[in-house]
Amino acid sequence: MEKFKTLTSTYVPLPIENVDTDQIIPARFLKATTREGFGDNLFADWRYEKSGEPKTDFVLNNPTYSGEILVAGKNFGSGSSREHAAWAIAGYGFKVVVSSFFADIFRNNALNNGLLPVIVSEAFLTGLFENPPHATLTVNLEEQFIRNNENGKTESFDINPYKKECLLKGLDDIDFLLSNRDKIEEYEKSRPFVY
Amino acid sequence: MKTLFDKIWDAHVVTTVKDGPTQLYIDRHLCHEVTSPQAFSGLRARGLNVFRPEQTLLTADHNIPTTGQDKPIQDEVSRFQVDTLAKNAREFGLTYYGLRNSRNGIVHVIGPENGFTQPGMTIVCGDSHTSTHGAFGAIAFGIGTSEVEMVLSSQCVLQTRPKTMRVNFRGTLQQGVSAKDMALYMIWQLTTGGATGYFVEYAGEAIRNLTMEQRMTLCNLSIEMGARGGLIAPDETTYDYLREREFAPKGERWDKAMAYWKTLKSDDDAVFDKEVTFDASQIKPMITYGTNPGMGMPIDGSIPELSDIDEAGKISFEKSLKYMGFEPGQKLAGKPIDYVFLGSCTNGRIEDFRLFTQYVKGKKKAGNVTAWLVPGSWQVRRQIEAEGLDKILEEAGFELRQPGCSACLAMNDDKVPAGKYAVSTSNRNFEGRQGPGARTILASPLVAAAAAVSGKITAP
Repeated sequence: MEKFKTLTSTYVPLPIENVDTDQIIPARFLKATTREGFGDNLFADWRYEKSGEPKTDFVLNNPTYSGEILVAGKNFGSGSSREHAAWAIAGYGFKVVVSSFFADIFRNNALNNGLLPVIVSEAFLTGLFENPPHATLTVNLEEQFIRNNENGKTESFDINPYKKECLLKGLDDIDFLLSNRDKIEEYEKSRPFVY
Repeated sequence: MKTLFDKIWDAHVVTTVKDGPTQLYIDRHLCHEVTSPQAFSGLRARGLNVFRPEQTLLTADHNIPTTGQDKPIQDEVSRFQVDTLAKNAREFGLTYYGLRNSRNGIVHVIGPENGFTQPGMTIVCGDSHTSTHGAFGAIAFGIGTSEVEMVLSSQCVLQTRPKTMRVNFRGTLQQGVSAKDMALYMIWQLTTGGATGYFVEYAGEAIRNLTMEQRMTLCNLSIEMGARGGLIAPDETTYDYLREREFAPKGERWDKAMAYWKTLKSDDDAVFDKEVTFDASQIKPMITYGTNPGMGMPIDGSIPELSDIDEAGKISFEKSLKYMGFEPGQKLAGKPIDYVFLGSCTNGRIEDFRLFTQYVKGKKKAGNVTAWLVPGSWQVRRQIEAEGLDKILEEAGFELRQPGCSACLAMNDDKVPAGKYAVSTSNRNFEGRQGPGARTILASPLVAAAAAVSGKITAP
């Protein structure tokens, strides 16, 4: 997994609430057996006409907006557990997703792929949607803050210390679990009831 | 002092990472073709075996056709994905209920019907509707593919302990109101993110009176209000359902299991982080009008006015109604529809088919409606035939398809065309969920039956 420390970037605003994982990557694109290539179909039905032409009114097709940060409305990533949603966002080139609220499974999936979900207050989020184009954000994982560089407003964000360490060092959970197999076997022997 | 959730969780803690998540032991793991291939590739890349192969069960369901299953899958990419699962099962020595296996079916239908799902267990699957298995008094939740790889390699996942919520349903349901209506009512009240961060326990008189299959329908939809999962304390209904099933303990082991299962309930003085109570007698048959399951209303109700929606939600509300072709304030009763889908891990079990069949018996399918009736498994389909329901359905102009997830997520050819309205017993009305541009109205099997016969949204 790629390491993440700090990032300053312009961002792509998506002021829609309840963006579900079917919008992030529709089910018909889930037929692949590898993790690659999902970025091309990120937000496919919002991004492309049926003919495959880009929809000009969708933000990813608007040359004014670009960057490595996606800023979305409340309750981002609800619905299906498909990790393909995190692969699509990371595959497109985003390293951070900012919202005021994330669905649980999506948040885990993002963290397991080096994609940092940052939870901000509603007021901070509204401020980001009101910024002019080309405004930038700074996300510092080590010190756990996010700054709206347009107005200097800064918020600290929460992240589980273990997950923070994983992201900073580029480690994943499997490394941890495998180093722990004796504890698992010990647990199996100690169980009061075995199925 | 402990909730049911606490008791099961605490019994599965292997260790807790300092300042971090819990390492949780997993009793049962279900796998399907769509969210597992990258996990198996991961094992190969690391040179690992499956740690506890007998605790994982595989089935093909998401990406398979619902006709002609005796022939090779025509879509090449889909065929490769399903073949990959079969190959992974062989290579890693796992039990696989593939196509043409008599036990094949939707992952959340076959787990319970084969007794693989039992009270007190931790159960995971790379699918958000894993919450279904909570109906048995289990901690069951959906995971991503990285976590599938964790379970395959270590039989554990790392999880942050969720908060607890109890949802009480007091009183008795009205005639014609089912668990699906309870769920859509609850999600309407609590919203699509209302239970995010929580694990829910369902309790109360109306829950005790639900059959096992109805409980599965309710727990299945827990994820649609963001909950990590939902569970119901086991009781006689649970034990009666489980007894004699394939993987259920037998003889002395059954008695031992029962002794343990009977301890699985929240203590009287247990405190939940949040508690809500609904009056079951007030619930009417429900439908949805928008593009998330929280956008619901009673079938005789009206869509909210724009002024009822808070400022930050207005853009999403208007976008949603535009997609659906509806207006604020509109009533939907009497609205013509084009498709009816009976099936999915939410409502694809035998009781759902009985309800639907009872209603359409002696009536005829409306000429303007295309109906897809997709049993949740081959065992369900065989039961439909054994009870002669297939004959009644045929006389009413309906045709039974072969099992699979089908039009619930439309990965296969069962896609509702753009702009068409589908009354669907499935779990999600997201944009494009049932096909690009498809417009989904979620409902119970009974409301679906009424729509199939009348050709419009009709109270059953």
